Amino acid sequence: MADGQFKSLPLEDMHKGAGARFGGFAGWSMPLTYPPGVMKEHLHTREHAGLFDISHMKLFEVSGPGSIGLLNRACPLDAGALSTSQSKYTFLLTDTAGVIDDLIVTRLGEDRFMVVANAGNAAIDEAHLREIAKGRDATVTPLDRVFLALQGPEAADILSKAGIETDSLTFMHGIEPHANWFLSRSGYTGEDGFEIGLPEADARTLVGKILSDPRAMWIGLAARDSLRLEAGLCLHGQDITPDTDPGSAGLMWAISKDVRSEGDFIGAAALRKLVANGPAEKRVGLRPEGRQPVRAGSALFDNDGNAIGRVTSGGFGPSAGTPVAMGYVTAASAKAGTRLFADVRGTKIPVDVSPLPFTPHRYRKG
Amino acid sequence: MATTYFTEDHEWIRVESGVATVGITDYAQEQLGDLVFVELPEAGKSLKKGDVAVVVESVKAASDVYAPVDGEIVEANAALSGDPSLVNSAATGDGWLWKMKLADEGQLSGLLDEAGYKAHIG
Repeated sequence: MADGQFKSLPLEDMHKGAGARFGGFAGWSMPLTYPPGVMKEHLHTREHAGLFDISHMKLFEVSGPGSIGLLNRACPLDAGALSTSQSKYTFLLTDTAGVIDDLIVTRLGEDRFMVVANAGNAAIDEAHLREIAKGRDATVTPLDRVFLALQGPEAADILSKAGIETDSLTFMHGIEPHANWFLSRSGYTGEDGFEIGLPEADARTLVGKILSDPRAMWIGLAARDSLRLEAGLCLHGQDITPDTDPGSAGLMWAISKDVRSEGDFIGAAALRKLVANGPAEKRVGLRPEGRQPVRAGSALFDNDGNAIGRVTSGGFGPSAGTPVAMGYVTAASAKAGTRLFADVRGTKIPVDVSPLPFTPHRYRKG
Repeated sequence: MATTYFTEDHEWIRVESGVATVGITDYAQEQLGDLVFVELPEAGKSLKKGDVAVVVESVKAASDVYAPVDGEIVEANAALSGDPSLVNSAATGDGWLWKMKLADEGQLSGLLDEAGYKAHIG
């Protein structure tokens, strides 16, 4: 595809200056790798800290007296139960409890919330939220921000040296340290880290400060994908879609017990039925034997040759040192340790059902 | 005296006494990024020009490498089973992929020379 078909990041010139190789993702021209390459970028993030430009993702502010009602209808969530600055991982669901998108909702104030949505679903999410907002005293405002992530064990110290104190912020909390800034302790790597939405001019200054610290470097989308896969985190569009539900995806932990039984969110009836019957298939980790990666789209078979599932994400895990994958299998084949076979170009590669994550999470839970 | 040819698909072909050693160019390995696995062919396999000979896998994706001419595989680079990153570090040397006995040396005239390849990648 021609470059013109993709939107450019506001900081594209900085990525070009850093020698990034670009590729299309979710309608955006994104830095895939920088000169060190995906392997070094991935390991550097786990060892030190990586800076990601995630401005393709969309921030929405939901505000007004009806905002809690809006969010409780849109998501399997008790938005009113969140304390100020608390974040929650949640979803937009279809009537049949399919996952339209996964989101992080943060309470900013009495009736103000920040919603962070995936790039490829931003337009769908906005229309969906606006539809639910009708007749409620609530406003959905898309924000024009650069969005950065700094991830890794040295992220907090690097931010501190850049003049941003984060000591009081624990995992899955977000605040507004300056006008038009949103800073949360969250991420998509399994490491401690931060996501920062801010105006472009401020972002340019902050990037300069962060990168003047030798412990930080730009990390591309390729390593973002391998990091999140090792961390067992879902990519919407692959591991969760409108055709999969939070029950089979193993994401019911994101829905509180009260909301499960009492919530009036879209998809509630369907989700209750799915959970009561038990999911027919489950999302599991998959560890291929040997060195050959097993990729998204590979069919999975049991020992008797029965088709029992599919791989939804797969690649090589630089920290794991082996190929890693995840996918959906029938409930009967979902037990950790079960030996399955993935079809890779006609060859059956042995894979074992494995617990997730492949690399332990190192969040700062306070 | 070996002669080296290139393809528009970013392969190099070094021909000596009717046997071609095939690999990918430095430009190609840079585009692919860190390789983690190379699926090698069996010796004795016959390939037509354009058949998939090898699959190279980076962290992110699998890419096919095609036979540049017709022939029979005589050897695959076994060293790549243990260290696929040889293709990154020495694409035109120790990171060669396979050797094939040419079925028709006349096909070589359809390939690029080094100057032609350099013009192709710009």
